[in-house]
Amino acid sequence: MAWVTQTLSSSLGRKVIMSLTGLFLCSFLIIHMAGNLQLFKGDGGRAFNEYTYFMTHNPLIMTISYVLYTSILVHALMAFILTRHNQASRPIKYAYSKPEANSAWASRNMGILGTVLLLFIIIHMRTFWYEMHFGSVPMAEYDGKEYKDLYAVVQVAFGELWYVILYVICMVAIGYHLWHGFQSGFQTLGLRHKKYTPIIEFLGKYFFAIIIPAAFAAMPIYVYLQVHHII
Amino acid sequence: MKITLKVWRQKNINTAGKLVEYQLDNVSEDMSFLEMFDVLNDSLTRKGEEPVAFDHDCREGICGTCSMYINGRPHGPQTGATTCQLHMRSFNDGDTIVVEPWRARSFPVIKDLMVDRLAFDRIIQSGGYVSVNTGSARDANEILIPRTIADEAMDAAACIGCGACVAACKNASAMLFVAAKVSQLAILPQGQAEHKERAERMVAQMDAEGFGACSFTGACSVECPKSISLDHIARLNREYLGAKLTSDNING
Repeated sequence: MAWVTQTLSSSLGRKVIMSLTGLFLCSFLIIHMAGNLQLFKGDGGRAFNEYTYFMTHNPLIMTISYVLYTSILVHALMAFILTRHNQASRPIKYAYSKPEANSAWASRNMGILGTVLLLFIIIHMRTFWYEMHFGSVPMAEYDGKEYKDLYAVVQVAFGELWYVILYVICMVAIGYHLWHGFQSGFQTLGLRHKKYTPIIEFLGKYFFAIIIPAAFAAMPIYVYLQVHHII
Repeated sequence: MKITLKVWRQKNINTAGKLVEYQLDNVSEDMSFLEMFDVLNDSLTRKGEEPVAFDHDCREGICGTCSMYINGRPHGPQTGATTCQLHMRSFNDGDTIVVEPWRARSFPVIKDLMVDRLAFDRIIQSGGYVSVNTGSARDANEILIPRTIADEAMDAAACIGCGACVAACKNASAMLFVAAKVSQLAILPQGQAEHKERAERMVAQMDAEGFGACSFTGACSVECPKSISLDHIARLNREYLGAKLTSDNING
């Protein structure tokens, strides 16, 4: 098994781990966004609460959720190891450097963007995931069946203006992170082809870096406006 | 034209260096950047000072010896060219130009602007070759190779090993260099036989030399005097992963 550990600890192997976990997290974002669109339904949260019940009780989803938590941790930890290694590769910095002449800002700042996202995930999971699993969530009853009313928790959280602003800023960060990250993940796996790379780049830049973050950012804004009876 | 230079001066590999300022009052815009340095060194020598040590050889952009980080970019402000192909007309009268050596743990500064690039040689020694006699030109002509493949191999082979990719990369990664050296052989029939070991060994040596990992910023390709494409880095990843998954080498 020496070849496995040797491969995974090589610089390319570590990038492959970043790529696979990162692309898995991208696929999760689609599901997460699609599900949370229930917030826009305007039915007092019934569809959203039924959806959260399904997500916390379906055995397949529950299994995948543990893969998801592991992916987040591995992605962050591996990024930390790689960053330390990369910084050590240039112990003396340039006195004068002009990186903007040859590369995009997002591509050079994936670590900073990632750190913002990790902090966001911690805050996000504390507010919703922790409350859902371990907190005291009010109950709601639809057709004689009891559901945890996570929608009420959402309304309280997104009723706070500072919290909405924090979410919107973090969605900008995820946009920049995926602008570079999604297509870069395919490069790391060696998947580059004249026919498919333009499609991957288009998806990464417009779907993952713009549409998904915009949809997520719209949720706290919409709930805030609704809670405060502005719409 | 008048030029103010801020040049990295460092006595040897063991001492710390610093930027030193020099004024040049009679610089012709037709001079190459290295000729401007020749003028500087001439004046320093006349004053009894130590001239600035810098690498140079062919001075026509094909040997890969010159290596200056000029105003924040390897080989200066123009793309697709080496420092020796840079001319003073690319600058304006009264400009201040900062000149530093390549910065990477794997490229220690020997003196002033000269760095030790033996790490690249050791990477080539680890597998950047075809170890059997592939015959004379006539034999090569009997192996049919599609024109597009031959062109792509030639594009990779254009790498002159100057190290601008490492100098430009925020991680001081040598991926573009290694990718070019793996690609130029891997896509030709003569290089196919050893392609798995080659990718494994060259990447292992690249890591052992202490170069950083690839973040795909693309800076290397932009600053490469031969404009080597990122396609080759994707191919190196493919070659390496394919080799790791399918080679007979179970010991890493």
